[in-house]
Amino acid sequence: MKVSGNVFKFGDNIDTDVIIPARYLTSADPDHLRQHCMEDIDKSFKDRVKPGDIIVAGKNFGCGSSREHAPVAIKASGVSLVIASDFARIFYRNSINVGLPILECPEACGKISEGDVIEADFDTGVITDKTTGESFQANAFPEFIKKIMASGGLVGYTESELKD
Amino acid sequence: MPMTMTQKILADHAGLDSVAPGDLIEAKLDYVLGNDVTTPPAIKVFEKLGVKDVFDKDRVLMIQDHFTPNKDIKSAELNKTMRCFAREHQITHYYELGRKEMGIEHVILPDNGIVLPGDLVIGADSHTCTYGALGSFSTGVGSTDLACAMARGVTWFKVPDAIKINLTGHLNKFVTGKDLILYIIGKIGVDGALYKSLEFAGEGIKSLSMDGRLTVCNMAIECGAKNGIFPVDEITLQYISKTNPERFSAKDFKVYTADEDAEYSQVIDIDLADVPLTVALPHLPSNTRNASDCTDMKIDQVVIGSCTNGRLEDIATAVDIFKGHKVNENVRCIVIPGSQKVYRQALDNGWLQILDDAGCVISTPTCGPCLGGHMGVLAKGERCVSTTNRNFVGRMGDVESEVILSGVPVAASSAILGRVGTPDEL
Repeated sequence: MKVSGNVFKFGDNIDTDVIIPARYLTSADPDHLRQHCMEDIDKSFKDRVKPGDIIVAGKNFGCGSSREHAPVAIKASGVSLVIASDFARIFYRNSINVGLPILECPEACGKISEGDVIEADFDTGVITDKTTGESFQANAFPEFIKKIMASGGLVGYTESELKD
Repeated sequence: MPMTMTQKILADHAGLDSVAPGDLIEAKLDYVLGNDVTTPPAIKVFEKLGVKDVFDKDRVLMIQDHFTPNKDIKSAELNKTMRCFAREHQITHYYELGRKEMGIEHVILPDNGIVLPGDLVIGADSHTCTYGALGSFSTGVGSTDLACAMARGVTWFKVPDAIKINLTGHLNKFVTGKDLILYIIGKIGVDGALYKSLEFAGEGIKSLSMDGRLTVCNMAIECGAKNGIFPVDEITLQYISKTNPERFSAKDFKVYTADEDAEYSQVIDIDLADVPLTVALPHLPSNTRNASDCTDMKIDQVVIGSCTNGRLEDIATAVDIFKGHKVNENVRCIVIPGSQKVYRQALDNGWLQILDDAGCVISTPTCGPCLGGHMGVLAKGERCVSTTNRNFVGRMGDVESEVILSGVPVAASSAILGRVGTPDEL
Protein backbone atom coordinates (compact mmCIF):
# COMPACT_ATOMS: atom_id res chain seq x y z
CA MET A 1 0.00 0.00 0.00
CA LYS A 2 1.24 3.48 -0.94
CA VAL A 3 0.32 6.96 0.27
CA SER A 4 1.44 10.36 -0.91
CA GLY A 5 0.89 13.91 0.29
CA ASN A 6 2.26 17.28 1.38
CA VAL A 7 4.57 17.40 4.35
CA PHE A 8 3.86 19.16 7.64
CA LYS A 9 7.16 19.29 9.50
CA PHE A 10 7.49 19.28 13.30
CA GLY A 11 10.45 19.02 15.69
CA ASP A 12 11.48 16.65 18.50
CA ASN A 13 9.33 15.54 21.46
CA ILE A 14 5.95 16.50 20.02
CA ASP A 15 3.84 15.56 23.04
CA THR A 16 0.25 14.42 23.27
CA ASP A 17 -0.69 17.64 25.08
CA VAL A 18 0.07 19.68 21.97
CA ILE A 19 -1.36 17.05 19.60
CA ILE A 20 -4.67 17.25 21.43
CA PRO A 21 -4.82 19.40 24.59
CA ALA A 22 -6.49 17.76 27.61
CA ARG A 23 -9.14 20.48 27.72
CA TYR A 24 -10.70 18.85 24.63
CA LEU A 25 -10.75 15.33 26.05
CA THR A 26 -14.31 15.69 27.27
CA SER A 27 -15.31 14.05 23.99
CA ALA A 28 -13.61 11.24 22.05
CA ASP A 29 -15.55 12.02 18.86
CA PRO A 30 -13.00 12.04 15.98
CA ASP A 31 -14.64 15.04 14.30
CA HIS A 32 -14.43 17.08 17.52
CA LEU A 33 -10.80 16.05 18.10
CA ARG A 34 -9.87 16.91 14.49
CA GLN A 35 -10.91 20.51 15.05
CA HIS A 36 -8.28 20.93 17.78
CA CYS A 37 -5.49 18.76 16.40
CA MET A 38 -2.02 20.35 16.93
CA GLU A 39 -3.75 23.50 18.17
CA ASP A 40 -1.22 24.37 20.87
CA ILE A 41 1.75 24.14 18.51
CA ASP A 42 0.23 25.26 15.18
CA LYS A 43 -3.17 26.92 15.36
CA SER A 44 -3.58 26.91 11.56
CA PHE A 45 -2.86 23.17 11.15
CA LYS A 46 -6.49 22.12 11.17
CA ASP A 47 -7.34 24.58 8.39
CA ARG A 48 -4.31 23.83 6.21
CA VAL A 49 -4.16 20.04 6.45
CA LYS A 50 -5.70 18.14 3.54
CA PRO A 51 -6.62 14.46 3.20
CA GLY A 52 -3.51 12.42 2.47
CA ASP A 53 -1.03 14.90 3.98
CA ILE A 54 1.93 13.51 5.88
CA ILE A 55 3.47 14.59 9.20
CA VAL A 56 7.26 14.37 9.44
CA ALA A 57 8.76 14.97 12.87
CA GLY A 58 11.88 14.32 14.94
CA LYS A 59 12.58 12.20 17.99
CA ASN A 60 10.09 10.79 20.51
CA PHE A 61 6.89 11.77 18.67
CA GLY A 62 3.76 11.37 20.81
CA CYS A 63 5.48 11.43 24.20
CA GLY A 64 3.40 12.06 27.30
CA SER A 65 -0.09 10.85 28.01
CA SER A 66 -1.64 7.52 26.99
CA ARG A 67 -4.57 9.31 25.36
CA GLU A 68 -5.60 7.44 22.24
CA HIS A 69 -7.36 10.67 21.33
CA ALA A 70 -3.97 11.84 19.95
CA PRO A 71 -3.58 9.36 17.04
CA VAL A 72 -7.36 9.52 16.52
CA ALA A 73 -7.17 13.32 16.13
CA ILE A 74 -4.32 13.02 13.61
CA LYS A 75 -6.09 10.29 11.65
CA ALA A 76 -9.37 12.22 11.67
CA SER A 77 -7.49 15.23 10.23
CA GLY A 78 -6.92 13.14 7.10
CA VAL A 79 -3.21 12.57 7.73
CA SER A 80 -2.20 9.39 5.88
CA LEU A 81 1.13 8.77 7.62
CA VAL A 82 3.37 10.03 10.40
CA ILE A 83 7.11 9.62 9.90
CA ALA A 84 9.38 10.27 12.89
CA SER A 85 12.91 9.41 13.98
CA ASP A 86 11.19 7.37 16.69
CA PHE A 87 7.92 7.33 18.62
CA ALA A 88 7.00 7.24 22.29
CA ARG A 89 5.91 3.68 22.97
CA ILE A 90 2.27 4.21 24.01
CA PHE A 91 1.67 6.45 20.99
CA TYR A 92 3.28 3.83 18.74
CA ARG A 93 0.99 1.15 20.11
CA ASN A 94 -2.10 3.36 19.99
CA SER A 95 -1.43 4.32 16.37
CA ILE A 96 -1.34 0.70 15.30
CA ASN A 97 -4.45 -0.06 17.33
CA VAL A 98 -6.48 2.75 15.75
CA GLY A 99 -5.01 2.28 12.27
CA LEU A 100 -2.86 5.40 11.92
CA PRO A 101 0.15 4.42 9.74
CA ILE A 102 3.54 5.33 11.19
CA LEU A 103 7.12 4.83 10.03
CA GLU A 104 10.42 5.33 11.84
CA CYS A 105 13.17 6.82 9.67
CA PRO A 106 15.69 9.27 11.22
CA GLU A 107 17.34 9.98 7.85
CA ALA A 108 14.08 10.97 6.16
CA CYS A 109 13.21 13.19 9.12
CA GLY A 110 16.49 15.04 8.78
CA LYS A 111 16.22 15.66 5.04
CA ILE A 112 12.54 16.12 4.22
CA SER A 113 11.32 19.73 4.37
CA GLU A 114 7.98 21.37 5.14
CA GLY A 115 5.83 21.49 2.00
CA ASP A 116 7.67 18.72 0.13
CA VAL A 117 5.52 16.15 -1.61
CA ILE A 118 6.47 12.65 -0.52
CA GLU A 119 5.35 9.11 -1.22
CA ALA A 120 5.68 6.10 1.08
CA ASP A 121 5.24 2.39 0.47
CA PHE A 122 4.20 0.51 3.63
CA ASP A 123 5.15 -2.88 2.23
CA THR A 124 8.75 -1.98 1.41
CA GLY A 125 9.26 0.92 3.82
CA VAL A 126 10.60 3.10 0.99
CA ILE A 127 9.93 6.83 1.38
CA THR A 128 10.45 9.02 -1.71
CA ASP A 129 10.69 12.80 -1.56
CA LYS A 130 9.21 13.76 -4.94
CA THR A 131 10.23 17.39 -4.48
CA THR A 132 13.94 16.62 -4.10
CA GLY A 133 14.04 13.17 -5.71
CA GLU A 134 15.70 11.60 -2.67
CA SER A 135 14.68 8.18 -1.34
CA PHE A 136 14.93 6.76 2.17
CA GLN A 137 14.53 3.29 3.62
CA ALA A 138 12.38 2.98 6.75
CA ASN A 139 11.80 -0.29 8.54
CA ALA A 140 8.67 -1.84 7.07
CA PHE A 141 5.99 -2.93 9.55
CA PRO A 142 6.94 -6.12 11.36
CA GLU A 143 4.78 -9.16 10.57
CA PHE A 144 2.69 -9.13 13.73
CA ILE A 145 1.73 -5.51 13.18
CA LYS A 146 0.80 -6.30 9.59
CA LYS A 147 -1.47 -8.98 11.02
CA ILE A 148 -3.19 -6.51 13.35
CA MET A 149 -3.46 -4.05 10.45
CA ALA A 150 -4.88 -6.79 8.20
CA SER A 151 -7.58 -7.43 10.78
CA GLY A 152 -8.50 -3.74 10.66
CA GLY A 153 -6.72 -2.85 13.91
CA LEU A 154 -6.68 -4.45 17.34
CA VAL A 155 -10.47 -4.67 17.52
CA GLY A 156 -10.68 -6.92 14.47
CA TYR A 157 -7.73 -8.96 15.72
CA THR A 158 -9.31 -9.48 19.15
CA GLU A 159 -12.66 -10.37 17.56
CA SER A 160 -10.99 -13.13 15.59
CA GLU A 161 -9.11 -14.35 18.70
CA LEU A 162 -12.35 -14.45 20.70
CA LYS A 163 -13.95 -16.64 18.04
CA ASP A 164 -11.21 -19.25 18.49
CA MET B 1 19.36 -17.05 29.82
CA PRO B 2 19.66 -14.55 32.68
CA MET B 3 16.75 -12.13 33.05
CA THR B 4 15.91 -8.78 34.62
CA MET B 5 13.02 -8.45 37.10
CA THR B 6 10.74 -7.14 34.36
CA GLN B 7 11.64 -9.98 32.01
CA LYS B 8 10.93 -12.57 34.71
CA ILE B 9 7.50 -11.15 35.48
CA LEU B 10 6.63 -11.05 31.78
CA ALA B 11 7.91 -14.59 31.17
CA ASP B 12 5.92 -15.97 34.10
CA HIS B 13 2.71 -14.29 33.00
CA ALA B 14 3.22 -15.57 29.45
CA GLY B 15 3.77 -19.13 30.71
CA LEU B 16 7.34 -19.16 29.41
CA ASP B 17 10.55 -20.28 31.12
CA SER B 18 12.46 -17.35 29.76
CA VAL B 19 12.16 -14.36 27.45
CA ALA B 20 14.71 -12.12 25.74
CA PRO B 21 14.55 -8.44 24.76
CA GLY B 22 12.58 -8.03 21.54
CA ASP B 23 10.46 -11.17 22.04
CA LEU B 24 6.77 -10.66 21.36
CA ILE B 25 4.65 -12.37 23.96
CA GLU B 26 1.03 -12.59 25.00
CA ALA B 27 0.74 -12.32 28.78
CA LYS B 28 -1.97 -12.80 31.39
CA LEU B 29 -2.94 -9.63 33.23
CA ASP B 30 -3.60 -9.36 36.95
CA TYR B 31 -5.28 -5.96 36.74
CA VAL B 32 -6.58 -3.74 33.96
CA LEU B 33 -7.58 -0.16 34.70
CA GLY B 34 -8.96 2.96 33.11
CA ASN B 35 -10.12 6.40 34.19
CA ASP B 36 -12.98 8.76 33.32
CA VAL B 37 -11.16 10.04 30.19
CA THR B 38 -9.86 6.76 28.77
CA THR B 39 -12.54 4.26 29.86
CA PRO B 40 -15.52 5.68 27.92
CA PRO B 41 -13.80 5.22 24.51
CA ALA B 42 -12.75 1.73 25.68
CA ILE B 43 -16.37 0.91 26.56
CA LYS B 44 -17.33 1.87 22.99
CA VAL B 45 -14.72 -0.55 21.60
CA PHE B 46 -15.74 -3.21 24.14
CA GLU B 47 -19.33 -2.98 22.97
CA LYS B 48 -18.21 -3.17 19.34
CA LEU B 49 -16.42 -6.42 20.17
CA GLY B 50 -19.81 -7.82 21.16
CA VAL B 51 -18.45 -9.28 24.41
CA LYS B 52 -21.00 -9.77 27.16
CA ASP B 53 -18.84 -9.58 30.27
CA VAL B 54 -15.45 -8.36 31.36
CA PHE B 55 -12.95 -11.16 31.97
CA ASP B 56 -13.06 -10.64 35.74
CA LYS B 57 -15.08 -7.99 37.54
CA ASP B 58 -12.55 -7.92 40.41
CA ARG B 59 -9.64 -7.29 38.05
CA VAL B 60 -11.05 -4.58 35.80
CA LEU B 61 -10.81 -1.27 37.64
CA MET B 62 -12.59 1.95 36.73
CA ILE B 63 -11.38 5.03 38.57
CA GLN B 64 -12.88 8.49 38.25
CA ASP B 65 -10.20 11.10 38.83
CA HIS B 66 -9.33 13.28 35.83
CA PHE B 67 -12.28 15.65 35.49
CA THR B 68 -14.01 14.79 38.76
CA PRO B 69 -16.00 16.11 40.55
CA ASN B 70 -17.24 16.74 37.02
CA LYS B 71 -16.17 20.09 35.69
CA ASP B 72 -18.81 20.46 32.98
CA ILE B 73 -21.66 18.66 31.24
CA LYS B 74 -19.45 16.79 28.79
CA SER B 75 -17.20 15.39 31.51
CA ALA B 76 -20.31 14.45 33.51
CA GLU B 77 -21.56 12.50 30.49
CA LEU B 78 -18.21 10.71 30.18
CA ASN B 79 -18.29 9.78 33.83
CA LYS B 80 -21.90 8.64 33.56
CA THR B 81 -20.92 6.25 30.76
CA MET B 82 -18.27 4.72 33.01
CA ARG B 83 -20.53 4.65 36.10
CA CYS B 84 -23.37 2.92 34.22
CA PHE B 85 -20.99 0.32 32.78
CA ALA B 86 -19.39 -0.27 36.18
CA ARG B 87 -22.79 -0.81 37.81
CA GLU B 88 -24.09 -3.03 35.00
CA HIS B 89 -20.98 -5.21 35.09
CA GLN B 90 -20.70 -5.06 38.90
CA ILE B 91 -17.14 -3.77 38.75
CA THR B 92 -15.75 -4.23 42.27
CA HIS B 93 -13.21 -1.40 42.12
CA TYR B 94 -15.36 1.53 41.06
CA TYR B 95 -15.63 4.12 43.78
CA GLU B 96 -17.93 7.08 44.17
CA LEU B 97 -16.57 10.48 45.20
CA GLY B 98 -16.14 10.89 48.93
CA ARG B 99 -16.00 7.14 49.67
CA LYS B 100 -13.05 6.02 51.76
CA GLU B 101 -11.54 4.00 48.88
CA MET B 102 -11.69 6.76 46.25
CA GLY B 103 -8.93 8.93 44.89
CA ILE B 104 -6.40 9.29 42.09
CA GLU B 105 -5.86 5.89 40.43
CA HIS B 106 -2.12 5.60 41.04
CA VAL B 107 -2.45 6.69 44.65
CA ILE B 108 -5.21 4.26 45.58
CA LEU B 109 -4.16 1.08 43.78
CA PRO B 110 -1.05 0.61 45.92
CA ASP B 111 -2.51 2.22 49.04
CA ASN B 112 -5.73 0.17 49.00
CA GLY B 113 -3.67 -3.01 48.79
CA ILE B 114 -4.91 -3.94 45.33
CA VAL B 115 -1.55 -4.18 43.53
CA LEU B 116 1.06 -6.39 45.20
CA PRO B 117 4.59 -7.52 44.26
CA GLY B 118 4.82 -9.64 41.13
CA ASP B 119 1.56 -8.41 39.60
CA LEU B 120 1.28 -7.53 35.93
CA VAL B 121 -0.89 -4.47 35.40
CA ILE B 122 -1.86 -2.37 32.40
CA GLY B 123 -3.82 0.85 32.58
CA ALA B 124 -5.13 3.35 30.10
CA ASP B 125 -3.12 6.07 31.74
CA SER B 126 0.54 6.71 31.07
CA HIS B 127 1.41 6.91 34.77
CA THR B 128 0.33 3.33 35.35
CA CYS B 129 4.07 2.63 35.58
CA THR B 130 3.82 3.80 39.23
CA TYR B 131 3.29 0.29 40.67
CA GLY B 132 6.77 -0.87 39.75
CA ALA B 133 7.68 0.58 43.16
CA LEU B 134 6.09 -2.55 44.67
CA GLY B 135 8.12 -4.92 42.52
CA SER B 136 5.35 -5.40 39.98
CA PHE B 137 5.32 -4.76 36.23
CA SER B 138 2.91 -2.06 35.17
CA THR B 139 2.65 0.09 32.10
CA GLY B 140 0.35 2.48 30.28
CA VAL B 141 -1.70 1.68 27.19
CA GLY B 142 -4.48 3.34 25.17
CA SER B 143 -8.23 2.81 25.19
CA THR B 144 -8.32 0.12 22.48
CA ASP B 145 -5.74 -1.98 24.32
CA LEU B 146 -7.78 -1.44 27.50
CA ALA B 147 -10.99 -2.62 25.82
CA CYS B 148 -9.43 -5.79 24.43
CA ALA B 149 -7.77 -6.49 27.78
CA MET B 150 -11.11 -5.96 29.58
CA ALA B 151 -12.52 -8.65 27.31
CA ARG B 152 -9.74 -11.24 27.38
CA GLY B 153 -7.53 -10.50 30.39
CA VAL B 154 -4.44 -10.75 28.21
CA THR B 155 -2.42 -8.42 26.02
CA TRP B 156 0.72 -8.55 23.91
CA PHE B 157 4.07 -7.07 24.89
CA LYS B 158 7.43 -6.60 23.32
CA VAL B 159 9.94 -7.68 25.99
CA PRO B 160 12.03 -4.61 26.86
CA ASP B 161 15.73 -4.10 27.33
CA ALA B 162 16.65 -2.53 30.65
CA ILE B 163 18.68 0.32 32.06
CA LYS B 164 20.01 -0.39 35.54
CA ILE B 165 20.01 2.55 37.92
CA ASN B 166 22.45 1.66 40.65
CA LEU B 167 21.83 3.74 43.76
CA THR B 168 24.30 4.26 46.59
CA GLY B 169 24.38 6.56 49.62
CA HIS B 170 21.58 8.60 51.13
CA LEU B 171 19.44 11.52 49.99
CA ASN B 172 20.22 14.82 51.68
CA LYS B 173 17.70 16.58 53.92
CA PHE B 174 14.59 17.75 52.00
CA VAL B 175 15.70 15.89 48.86
CA THR B 176 13.00 13.41 47.79
CA GLY B 177 12.24 10.68 45.28
CA LYS B 178 10.89 13.43 43.02
CA ASP B 179 14.27 15.14 42.91
CA LEU B 180 15.90 11.79 42.12
CA ILE B 181 13.64 11.02 39.16
CA LEU B 182 13.90 14.59 37.80
CA TYR B 183 17.69 14.27 38.15
CA ILE B 184 17.62 11.00 36.19
CA ILE B 185 15.36 12.44 33.45
CA GLY B 186 17.66 15.46 33.26
CA LYS B 187 20.63 13.13 32.74
CA ILE B 188 19.15 10.82 30.10
CA GLY B 189 16.51 13.04 28.45
CA VAL B 190 12.80 12.58 27.79
CA ASP B 191 13.54 9.71 25.40
CA GLY B 192 16.55 8.33 27.28
CA ALA B 193 14.80 5.09 28.24
CA LEU B 194 12.50 4.79 25.23
CA TYR B 195 10.91 1.31 25.05
CA LYS B 196 13.08 0.18 28.01
CA SER B 197 12.69 -0.73 31.68
CA LEU B 198 14.29 1.36 34.37
CA GLU B 199 15.44 -1.17 36.97
CA PHE B 200 16.53 0.30 40.29
CA ALA B 201 19.13 -1.50 42.38
CA GLY B 202 21.85 -0.94 44.96
CA GLU B 203 21.97 -0.36 48.69
CA GLY B 204 20.79 3.23 48.17
CA ILE B 205 17.21 2.07 47.64
CA LYS B 206 16.99 1.46 51.39
CA SER B 207 16.93 5.18 51.98
CA LEU B 208 13.88 5.61 49.74
CA SER B 209 10.47 5.31 51.41
CA MET B 210 7.66 3.51 49.62
CA ASP B 211 5.95 6.83 48.82
CA GLY B 212 9.27 8.06 47.42
CA ARG B 213 9.65 4.94 45.25
CA LEU B 214 6.09 5.33 43.95
CA THR B 215 6.99 8.88 42.88
CA VAL B 216 10.16 7.66 41.14
CA CYS B 217 8.37 4.90 39.19
CA ASN B 218 5.44 7.21 38.42
CA MET B 219 7.71 9.41 36.30
CA ALA B 220 9.58 6.59 34.52
CA ILE B 221 7.33 7.37 31.53
CA GLU B 222 8.77 10.91 31.39
CA CYS B 223 12.05 9.51 30.07
CA GLY B 224 10.15 7.24 27.70
CA ALA B 225 10.47 4.09 29.82
CA LYS B 226 8.02 1.24 29.49
CA ASN B 227 8.18 0.70 33.23
CA GLY B 228 10.23 1.45 36.31
CA ILE B 229 10.77 -1.24 38.91
CA PHE B 230 12.25 -1.60 42.40
CA PRO B 231 13.35 -4.84 44.05
CA VAL B 232 11.15 -6.04 46.91
CA ASP B 233 12.78 -5.42 50.29
CA GLU B 234 11.84 -4.96 53.94
CA ILE B 235 10.29 -1.58 53.19
CA THR B 236 8.03 -3.12 50.52
CA LEU B 237 7.01 -5.99 52.78
CA GLN B 238 6.24 -3.67 55.65
CA TYR B 239 4.14 -1.51 53.32
CA ILE B 240 2.04 -4.37 51.95
CA SER B 241 1.61 -5.86 55.43
CA LYS B 242 -0.41 -2.72 56.14
CA THR B 243 -2.18 -2.26 52.80
CA ASN B 244 -3.26 -5.89 52.44
CA PRO B 245 -2.68 -7.82 55.71
CA GLU B 246 -4.67 -10.84 54.51
CA ARG B 247 -2.73 -11.48 51.33
CA PHE B 248 0.49 -10.57 53.12
CA SER B 249 -0.06 -13.19 55.86
CA ALA B 250 -1.09 -15.77 53.27
CA LYS B 251 2.06 -14.89 51.26
CA ASP B 252 -0.29 -14.42 48.31
CA PHE B 253 2.14 -12.39 46.21
CA LYS B 254 5.32 -13.18 44.33
CA VAL B 255 8.76 -11.69 44.77
CA TYR B 256 10.91 -11.61 41.64
CA THR B 257 14.60 -10.80 41.69
CA ALA B 258 16.84 -9.92 38.77
CA ASP B 259 19.50 -12.51 37.96
CA GLU B 260 22.97 -11.40 39.07
CA ASP B 261 24.22 -11.73 35.51
CA ALA B 262 21.17 -10.13 33.85
CA GLU B 263 22.13 -7.95 30.89
CA TYR B 264 21.47 -4.22 30.83
CA SER B 265 21.85 -1.92 27.85
CA GLN B 266 23.21 0.74 30.20
CA VAL B 267 24.15 1.05 33.87
CA ILE B 268 23.87 4.41 35.56
CA ASP B 269 25.49 4.85 38.99
CA ILE B 270 24.03 7.50 41.22
CA ASP B 271 25.24 8.51 44.66
CA LEU B 272 22.04 9.78 46.27
CA ALA B 273 24.03 12.39 48.18
CA ASP B 274 24.80 14.05 44.79
CA VAL B 275 21.11 14.61 43.99
CA PRO B 276 20.26 18.29 44.55
CA LEU B 277 16.85 19.86 45.16
CA THR B 278 15.82 19.82 41.52
CA VAL B 279 13.31 21.65 39.34
CA ALA B 280 12.36 21.07 35.70
CA LEU B 281 11.84 24.36 33.90
CA PRO B 282 9.37 24.75 30.99
CA HIS B 283 8.66 22.94 28.74
CA LEU B 284 10.20 19.49 29.24
CA PRO B 285 10.68 17.35 32.36
CA SER B 286 14.32 16.94 31.25
CA ASN B 287 15.00 20.68 31.43
CA THR B 288 16.33 20.35 34.95
CA ARG B 289 18.22 22.83 37.14
CA ASN B 290 19.28 23.06 40.76
CA ALA B 291 16.36 24.73 42.51
CA SER B 292 18.81 27.07 44.24
CA ASP B 293 19.87 28.44 40.82
CA CYS B 294 16.33 29.54 39.95
CA THR B 295 15.44 31.73 42.90
CA ASP B 296 14.84 34.75 40.67
CA MET B 297 11.79 33.12 39.07
CA LYS B 298 8.59 34.67 40.43
CA ILE B 299 5.47 32.53 40.55
CA ASP B 300 1.68 32.90 40.62
CA GLN B 301 0.55 29.46 41.75
CA VAL B 302 1.72 26.31 43.50
CA VAL B 303 0.07 22.90 43.15
CA ILE B 304 0.88 20.14 45.65
CA GLY B 305 -0.73 16.84 44.75
CA SER B 306 -1.31 14.49 41.77
CA CYS B 307 -0.50 10.81 41.17
CA THR B 308 3.15 11.85 41.48
CA ASN B 309 3.10 13.64 44.83
CA GLY B 310 -0.31 13.38 46.47
CA ARG B 311 0.53 10.69 49.03
CA LEU B 312 0.50 10.92 52.82
CA GLU B 313 4.23 11.54 53.07
CA ASP B 314 3.90 14.40 50.55
CA ILE B 315 1.14 16.12 52.49
CA ALA B 316 3.08 15.57 55.74
CA THR B 317 6.15 17.20 54.17
CA ALA B 318 4.10 20.18 53.00
CA VAL B 319 2.59 20.59 56.47
CA ASP B 320 6.03 20.58 58.11
CA ILE B 321 7.15 23.39 55.84
CA PHE B 322 3.98 25.48 56.06
CA LYS B 323 3.84 25.29 59.87
CA GLY B 324 4.23 28.85 61.14
CA HIS B 325 4.43 30.33 57.63
CA LYS B 326 2.01 32.03 55.26
CA VAL B 327 1.57 31.58 51.53
CA ASN B 328 2.99 34.64 49.78
CA GLU B 329 0.38 37.31 49.06
CA ASN B 330 0.93 37.01 45.30
CA VAL B 331 0.57 33.24 45.22
CA ARG B 332 -2.34 30.83 45.51
CA CYS B 333 -1.36 27.40 46.79
CA ILE B 334 -3.62 24.45 45.95
CA VAL B 335 -3.10 21.30 48.00
CA ILE B 336 -4.77 18.15 46.67
CA PRO B 337 -4.56 15.03 48.84
CA GLY B 338 -4.35 12.12 46.40
CA SER B 339 -7.07 10.02 47.95
CA GLN B 340 -9.93 10.23 50.42
CA LYS B 341 -7.81 8.16 52.79
CA VAL B 342 -4.94 10.66 52.60
CA TYR B 343 -7.46 13.50 53.00
CA ARG B 344 -8.99 11.87 56.07
CA GLN B 345 -5.64 11.13 57.67
CA ALA B 346 -4.59 14.72 57.08
CA LEU B 347 -7.84 15.82 58.68
CA ASP B 348 -7.45 13.50 61.69
CA ASN B 349 -3.83 14.59 62.16
CA GLY B 350 -4.82 18.24 62.24
CA TRP B 351 -2.80 18.92 59.11
CA LEU B 352 -5.61 20.50 57.13
CA GLN B 353 -5.89 23.17 59.79
CA ILE B 354 -2.19 23.99 59.47
CA LEU B 355 -2.50 24.21 55.69
CA ASP B 356 -5.61 26.36 56.02
CA ASP B 357 -3.87 28.63 58.53
CA ALA B 358 -1.04 29.08 56.05
CA GLY B 359 -3.51 30.20 53.40
CA CYS B 360 -3.57 27.09 51.20
CA VAL B 361 -6.73 25.96 49.49
CA ILE B 362 -7.48 22.25 49.99
CA SER B 363 -9.20 20.30 47.26
CA THR B 364 -10.96 16.97 47.08
CA PRO B 365 -8.77 14.31 45.38
CA THR B 366 -8.59 14.91 41.60
CA CYS B 367 -6.02 15.04 38.78
CA GLY B 368 -7.61 18.42 37.96
CA PRO B 369 -4.93 21.06 37.35
CA CYS B 370 -2.11 18.65 36.44
CA LEU B 371 -3.54 18.26 32.96
CA GLY B 372 -5.17 21.69 32.78
CA GLY B 373 -8.56 20.14 33.46
CA HIS B 374 -9.93 22.22 36.32
CA MET B 375 -9.20 23.32 39.92
CA GLY B 376 -6.24 25.54 39.06
CA VAL B 377 -5.95 26.21 35.32
CA LEU B 378 -3.37 28.90 34.44
CA ALA B 379 -3.96 32.14 32.55
CA LYS B 380 -1.67 33.53 29.84
CA GLY B 381 1.71 34.50 31.27
CA GLU B 382 1.18 32.79 34.63
CA ARG B 383 3.81 30.56 36.19
CA CYS B 384 3.23 27.63 38.53
CA VAL B 385 5.55 25.49 40.62
CA SER B 386 3.92 22.11 40.66
CA THR B 387 4.61 18.68 42.15
CA THR B 388 2.93 17.11 39.11
CA ASN B 389 4.69 15.27 36.29
CA ARG B 390 4.57 17.24 33.04
CA ASN B 391 5.43 20.79 32.06
CA PHE B 392 4.66 20.63 28.33
CA VAL B 393 3.37 23.69 26.45
CA GLY B 394 -0.21 24.37 27.57
CA ARG B 395 -0.23 21.45 30.00
CA MET B 396 -1.85 23.38 32.83
CA GLY B 397 -3.70 26.03 30.87
CA ASP B 398 -2.88 28.76 28.37
CA VAL B 399 -0.13 28.00 25.84
CA GLU B 400 1.77 30.97 27.24
CA SER B 401 1.60 29.77 30.84
CA GLU B 402 4.54 27.96 32.46
CA VAL B 403 4.87 24.95 34.74
CA ILE B 404 7.99 24.29 36.83
CA LEU B 405 8.12 20.75 38.22
CA SER B 406 9.52 20.10 41.68
CA GLY B 407 9.22 17.96 44.78
CA VAL B 408 7.04 18.98 47.71
CA PRO B 409 9.73 20.78 49.78
CA VAL B 410 10.60 23.15 46.92
CA ALA B 411 6.92 23.65 45.99
CA ALA B 412 5.88 24.51 49.55
CA SER B 413 8.90 26.78 50.07
CA SER B 414 8.19 28.52 46.77
CA ALA B 415 4.57 29.13 47.81
CA ILE B 416 5.84 30.91 50.93
CA LEU B 417 8.60 32.85 49.16
CA GLY B 418 6.55 33.87 46.10
CA ARG B 419 9.33 32.62 43.84
CA VAL B 420 11.24 29.40 43.26
CA GLY B 421 12.95 28.66 46.56
CA THR B 422 14.22 26.01 48.93
CA PRO B 423 13.39 25.12 52.55
CA ASP B 424 16.72 26.39 53.86
CA GLU B 425 15.74 29.92 52.79
CA LEU B 426 12.80 29.96 55.20
